[in-house]
Amino acid sequence: MALLDMTATELAAAIKEGKTTAVDALNEVFERIEAKEDTYHCYVTIDKEGALKQAEAVQRQIESGELSGALAGVPVAIKDNMCIKGMLTTCSSKILGNFVPTYSAEAVINLQKAGAVIIGKTNMDEFAMGSTTETSAFGATKNPWNTDCVPGGSSGGSAAAIAAGECFYALGSDTGGSIRQPAAYCGIVGMKPTYGLVSRYGLIAYGSSLDQIGPMSQDVTDCAAILQTIASHDAKDSTSVSTQDTDYMSALEEDVKGLRIGIPKDYFGEGLDEDVKSAVLHASEILREKGAIVEEFNLSLVDYAIPTYYTIAAAEASSNLERFDGIKYGYRTKDFNGLHNMYKKTRSEGFGEEVKRRIMLGSFVLSSGYYDAYYLKALKVKALIKKAFDDAFSKYDIILGPVAPTTAPQLGSSLSDPIKMYLGDIYTIAVNLAGLPAISLPCGKDRNGLPIGLQLIGDCFTEKKLLRTAYTYEKARGAFGKAMEQTGKAAALPEKEGM
Amino acid sequence: MANIITDETIDYVSILAKLELSPEEKEQAKRDMGRMLDYIDKLGELDTENVEAMSHVFPVNNVFREDVVSNSDIREELLSNAPAQKDGMFMVPRTFD
Amino acid sequence: MGKEYETVIGLEVHVELATKTKIFCGCSTEFGKEPNSHTCPVCTGMPGSLPVLNRQVLEYAIAVGLATNCDITRYGKFDRKNYFYPDNPQNYQISQLYLPICRNGGVEIETKEGGKKTVGIHEIHMEEDAGKLIHDEWEDCTLVDYNRSGVPLIEIVSEPDMRSAEEVIAYLEKLRLIIQYLGASDCKLQEGSMRADVNLSVREAGSQEFGTRTEMKNLNSFKAITRAIEGEKERQIDLLEEGRKVIQETRRWDDAKGESYAMRSKEDAQDYRYFPDPDLVPIVVSDEMLDEIRAKQPEFRTEKMKRYKEEYNIPDYDIEIITGEKRMADIFEETVAVCNQPKKVSNWLMGETLRLMKEKEVDAADLRFSPENLAKLIELNDTGVINNTVAKEVFEVMFDSDVSPEKYVEEHGLKSVNDEGALRKTIEAVIAENPQSVEDYRSGKEKAIGFLVGQTMKAMKGKADPAMVNKILKELL
Repeated sequence: MALLDMTATELAAAIKEGKTTAVDALNEVFERIEAKEDTYHCYVTIDKEGALKQAEAVQRQIESGELSGALAGVPVAIKDNMCIKGMLTTCSSKILGNFVPTYSAEAVINLQKAGAVIIGKTNMDEFAMGSTTETSAFGATKNPWNTDCVPGGSSGGSAAAIAAGECFYALGSDTGGSIRQPAAYCGIVGMKPTYGLVSRYGLIAYGSSLDQIGPMSQDVTDCAAILQTIASHDAKDSTSVSTQDTDYMSALEEDVKGLRIGIPKDYFGEGLDEDVKSAVLHASEILREKGAIVEEFNLSLVDYAIPTYYTIAAAEASSNLERFDGIKYGYRTKDFNGLHNMYKKTRSEGFGEEVKRRIMLGSFVLSSGYYDAYYLKALKVKALIKKAFDDAFSKYDIILGPVAPTTAPQLGSSLSDPIKMYLGDIYTIAVNLAGLPAISLPCGKDRNGLPIGLQLIGDCFTEKKLLRTAYTYEKARGAFGKAMEQTGKAAALPEKEGM
Repeated sequence: MANIITDETIDYVSILAKLELSPEEKEQAKRDMGRMLDYIDKLGELDTENVEAMSHVFPVNNVFREDVVSNSDIREELLSNAPAQKDGMFMVPRTFD
Repeated sequence: MGKEYETVIGLEVHVELATKTKIFCGCSTEFGKEPNSHTCPVCTGMPGSLPVLNRQVLEYAIAVGLATNCDITRYGKFDRKNYFYPDNPQNYQISQLYLPICRNGGVEIETKEGGKKTVGIHEIHMEEDAGKLIHDEWEDCTLVDYNRSGVPLIEIVSEPDMRSAEEVIAYLEKLRLIIQYLGASDCKLQEGSMRADVNLSVREAGSQEFGTRTEMKNLNSFKAITRAIEGEKERQIDLLEEGRKVIQETRRWDDAKGESYAMRSKEDAQDYRYFPDPDLVPIVVSDEMLDEIRAKQPEFRTEKMKRYKEEYNIPDYDIEIITGEKRMADIFEETVAVCNQPKKVSNWLMGETLRLMKEKEVDAADLRFSPENLAKLIELNDTGVINNTVAKEVFEVMFDSDVSPEKYVEEHGLKSVNDEGALRKTIEAVIAENPQSVEDYRSGKEKAIGFLVGQTMKAMKGKADPAMVNKILKELL
């Protein structure tokens, strides 16, 4: 098997067995990057020299037996909102265009301890605000399945890099679907863990109560191995949860007998693409055949998740992004007249349009006279949404549905209408509001050959059940295949109609 | 649009958010914010009279540090990203009258 | 002036807590170090850094709340207060608005008229201090030092219950003592570990409604507070007398000029957009936690005064002074524990200690001599090893640098000479050298003996026991 056809865990096993080395694997990745990066633009920063040194050191440790984990020696890509000591970390924003952290995110440190070789930092929507990776200050990333299409977002660079073979696995972050939706668009696996399972220390915050780092991978086995490595209790993160049972690899069994799966009818209404709908329902049929009990039910409140989310996320973002002021790090405007003018010019020049839009909205909903009507109201609806999920999980082990209403849209077709873009998050967003774990995995292709994602949602801390279900489905589905290498124009995609 | 955002509101929010918008951006911001608020107003359909606002999704409480010094002097590192510095301090436009 | 006015005052008192580390990170709170040498990603607002609450901060805040008769909030949170300023690295301050840790308390003060009154405490909340801004003349810019950023504070917000500067000072003194007794802070106004903002309004005497208030900042001594209150009261009354209105605003007191001016800026909207900080989890105060903190509460002043009277039998005035400073009371009790001579210890504190504190401008909190050394000094004096004059001389050295009195006396040869033979010889020589004084004494001028004692002490370099000198002189004369 060619090295680049291997999954992360397969590669680690091959390195351990001496069939190849961490350095050889890295060199193959760099060859691929050299050939494809200009087309796809998955990365903001590539650290070739550092990665090679790391690969050599890790290889020695593997040979000496010091390192033997399921990911040792495997090249990985990190979304550019996670700090890595000594490596440019930009959040794909001009305002952090020159920021080199002096500390690393806890999740990254966990990977490094397990022998990960970090290739570089992947492109994203600026400060993770967006669902197409087009709001990056450094240009859009393209979908390796069709370069006219977006890879999704905000972890679009990470998803595309995996699909394009420019890394073996990646870390993403998910605030409203930012891991699951690009995973769906790029035909890979992505998981948003339970809030608190992975430390947020070193993750540059967008919406602190919603943000969660998670695995992005070629298959469910890799996903389990990555989660097992990055999940840890961190005393530096007050919201980090201590869990003993993190042996996620042990959950990789083909067994869904008696598993109760609920399909929310309200996830299959207006706006859902027919191809997506049939692929997802087909996946549920496969799980039923494997012994799961599959039922339809009403989740309720689905339409309220988006306004709730945008109120809370924008409010938190407006506060989280106040620290970018041109004083301690990052961009500072060249000409200014006094302190407040410096703040305003720095921030206006440093932030992109979508970020400014959300900061304005967030500042407004928290401002005097509007707090109760908007922000507090949203926190109350969030409680109702959480309760709707609690009710659902009293009846079902897993909730099954689509990740996104459509497959990957064409580049340039989303940003003009923010609300329409926000509507694309309808199936992913409630999961973040309720702090739940969810996984996205490929379940078919649409009429244009673009991947479709299946979403499985679990109750808090039931990652094992989620992984077992996903693994069972994946085995039954069979190989999904890699991104087609289309160079010419793909068939024109039909306009997605009003939602 | 049910929510009409005035120039005054946009100017006020710009002060809070420390953003300087061009006239075109201002017009765009008025439209965007109005539309978003119309959309958010949908939450008003729900009765939340007796609902406790949920700021934290899990009942995780009382996470503390012990009062023990654990950090050393890393000021050179911390200043390394500063756009302007002097004498080990961050340099900013004057704040004194 | 036709109308009578009443002044209504409420205080917002910030107290820096005496923790070893900052409120949300493991940086030291030590004072006076190189700029930014006590900082980390958390207290400089680096992207991706997260706060974790220092347990000691919560315990101190609860302890102060209990000591000021507050209700302790059983389910509390931290909120973000958003405003841009360079001393605030995140551009939001982590504070408490919606669910402060303590509410509805109060302390009793004595009024000028000799009565008692309760000043209500609206709430006490925990928050982080800001960094320090230093003006750089050379570059005409401001430099930022984040060493103080994240130092824990409690803010004690009183009800508008005070009516005069005297009451304000009495209230502050009361708070200071309580907090010092708790060990929660040294409460030094001058150094900024206790800071008071004064909210003041005036109204016509007898009126039930409050006038428009202003908030006065930058008050760093009791004198400045008194002057600012008088000044602001006059300013507001003048405005009302002229038929003008008081504007609700924040004013900065300039103590040197003796006037205040409005702190206003059009870039300053005063809309802090408070919301619960998602990076910190709620605080749930259990019965057990409260019991534990209650059990650790020290003996406060009133109880102490009562006990001193019963146990030590020292004058009321001494008790008043000694218990008026936590450090003084600690030294007293610890010294008595060693030497069991309450009256003598009290005399040293009331006499030499107070004298030197005044002379050298030393705060009680900064007294350096150890109880062990004071006890030793008393013993040396009692057993006649050194006389009173020498004892005072040694004490002054102890006051400055806490030397061991035994060692100091030894090294400087200050022991009293108790060798009667040698003393007798010296006295004989003094008598021989001063026939006039001898004559005077013998002719009935008793006072002349004083001169002869003095001459003897001088010849003995102060080391003679005056009683013995007297005795021998009388014998020889």
